[in-house]
Amino acid sequence: MQKVLLGVEAIAQGAIDGGMSGVYAYPGTPSTEITEYIQNNKYAKEKNLHSAWSANEKTAMESALGMSYTGKRTMSCMKHVGLNVAADCFMNASVTGVNGGFIITVADDPSMHSSQNEQDSRFFAKFAQIPVLEPSNQQEAYDMAYSGFQLSEKFGVPVMIRITTRLAHSRSIVELKEVLPENELKLPSNPTQFILLPSIARKQYKGLLNKQKQFEQDAEVSSFNNYIEGSDKSKGIIACGISINYLMENYPDGCPHPVLKVSQYPLPRKLIQKLYDECTEILVLEEGYPIVEEHLKGYMEKENVSGRLNGALPRDGELNPDLVARALNLPTTDKAETSDLVAGRPPALCAGCSHHDVYTVLNKVIADHYTLGRVFSDIGCYTIGALPPYNAINTCVDMGASITMAKGAADAGLVPAISVIGDSTFTHSGITGLLDAVNENSPITIIISDNESTSMTGGQDSAAKGKIEEICEGVGVHPDHIKVLLPIAKNHDEMYKVLKEELDFNGVSVIIPRRVCIQKHARDIKMKRKNLK
Amino acid sequence: MKTNIILAGVGGQGILSIATSIGMAALKNKMYLKQAETHGMSQRGGDVFSHLRISDKPIYSDLIPKGKADLIIAVEPMEALRYVPYLSETGYLVTNTKPFKNIPNYPEVEKVLNQLKKLSNVIMLDADAIAAEIKSKRSMNMVMLGASSPFLNGITYKILQEGIKDIFGKKGEDIVNKNLEALACGKAEADKIITKK
Repeated sequence: MQKVLLGVEAIAQGAIDGGMSGVYAYPGTPSTEITEYIQNNKYAKEKNLHSAWSANEKTAMESALGMSYTGKRTMSCMKHVGLNVAADCFMNASVTGVNGGFIITVADDPSMHSSQNEQDSRFFAKFAQIPVLEPSNQQEAYDMAYSGFQLSEKFGVPVMIRITTRLAHSRSIVELKEVLPENELKLPSNPTQFILLPSIARKQYKGLLNKQKQFEQDAEVSSFNNYIEGSDKSKGIIACGISINYLMENYPDGCPHPVLKVSQYPLPRKLIQKLYDECTEILVLEEGYPIVEEHLKGYMEKENVSGRLNGALPRDGELNPDLVARALNLPTTDKAETSDLVAGRPPALCAGCSHHDVYTVLNKVIADHYTLGRVFSDIGCYTIGALPPYNAINTCVDMGASITMAKGAADAGLVPAISVIGDSTFTHSGITGLLDAVNENSPITIIISDNESTSMTGGQDSAAKGKIEEICEGVGVHPDHIKVLLPIAKNHDEMYKVLKEELDFNGVSVIIPRRVCIQKHARDIKMKRKNLK
Repeated sequence: MKTNIILAGVGGQGILSIATSIGMAALKNKMYLKQAETHGMSQRGGDVFSHLRISDKPIYSDLIPKGKADLIIAVEPMEALRYVPYLSETGYLVTNTKPFKNIPNYPEVEKVLNQLKKLSNVIMLDADAIAAEIKSKRSMNMVMLGASSPFLNGITYKILQEGIKDIFGKKGEDIVNKNLEALACGKAEADKIITKK
């Protein structure tokens, strides 16, 4: 059977067909659609495969590890920066190892289409010392998710599938395999495997180190890594992940140079050695950081290795066929310049968005009473408040940082300091920061701009829905300083008044302007109508 | 035979429906396809594009090299201009003339249209007006698809119609018919322009 699938959907389908019992994730572009696909998949629903959203990537990955502990196959998905949130579990899960197959799918975003950095998750996998699968196309994405559980079970460690935006969000035809049954519930044969007490952890860690050679040997013979012979040995090319496509785009009738396609790591040392011995110089094509290139070049900077480090390719940003053509000294049709008339068209808040009311009033209060530079914000649609016409926020760093950075600034004397955070970001990573602020009675005002949805990624359910006041009170914010507002035009005066009062208060205040995301609202109505039919 | 198509517009204008319709037709023809899309932040009113490649042979890159697009379908004129560097020397550009102004520094529309007019193979039409005429403003994208249909190598108008029936079939006969009507209006407009030339 064939289906036309996005790269991310191919991974989801591959995981379902590969016998997965549950996926755990927090939304993040470009990884979101993996979990959404599983949530909407008929077979997954019938089998009751777990697919509900987690509060953040750390809780997601830990839940997945718990599922693996029971012998079931599981996947945890996130965007690259989400792996930072889950890093504590990630680094230790390689030491505990797995029971049921465990795939960690991470979607990197080179060129930062929807992200605050372009970190390369292959680095993280090396840090944790686990194998990585990096599909070059939609079919491989499917195949790797399908067979990744077996690889994970064979070696007893989590396996990373690493993709980048371009494959994540590109469709192609995928041939599906037969559906494998789920694993039976079966606890680990070693009862202390998952107890990382130092005495046990040392043993477990030695076990992980001892497996490294096997990981490499497996990569040598992996069907995902191929050595393609070529007669012109003046140059040999290592093409990682999707970069093989950009190479072949430039050589539609076959590449004259020997090519090593790499889609499984650790690097297949013997194949690399063969290419290095056969060819005069090596060009490395990789999406993301120059990890393979740096390996080969080494500290002694071997001059016959080129790639992103010596300027053959740009040091940052995603690759494309034109950049690869230039690295190969091939002609391109990349001639015309974009007309000067063309203006940038940045993303904008939707007409009728509640964040608009929040920023309109906030800007007015600040302009009337305070100096600029005191609004610490966070990650979500409301980050668009950084752009004109609002120019309303001064920071956006990582999930939850608005509250803690405001606290630090207030500690330093910037009073009042204001935090603007969304509902889903608040429950993702804002609650612990709020606890810090409460414990020190920091003079900060936190605006939780609540649109009852995780909107930037497409309106997924928010873990915060219906709970924000109780959470704040539970953490210790005084109920008198938890204010809920309806952010609409006719309430601007009231919003102004409440905001001013709370900014004047010398302690922690939480203001919750609450109105459902208008995109989600429209979708909900559509869904209701559909269900009525 | 390979056809490289770039679709351009603003988040929310429906370029993915155009891409899906062409993709469906390509599959009916048993062709290969790759379709790179814009998801995420830009979908909130930013510029969005799709690279759609269809071929009778396997396709490598998800992205089209610059200067290699056989067809650009733009549902907004400044977005058409943005992707002109992708157009091949023999390629066609089919664009809506109705601007979508959601930025304060939108250039003078006349200037944008004049630059587009200078291209050798260009079809310009007010697809919003045509969609409004048939009382189906939301079918603007299907008008644009109809206007582009003469330039879809290897995909006949009939197969395109069948693809649309498959995609919108679930939404009921009325929606299918509206989309087919918009498709026909777009095609008629393009045919008129081609004959004049």
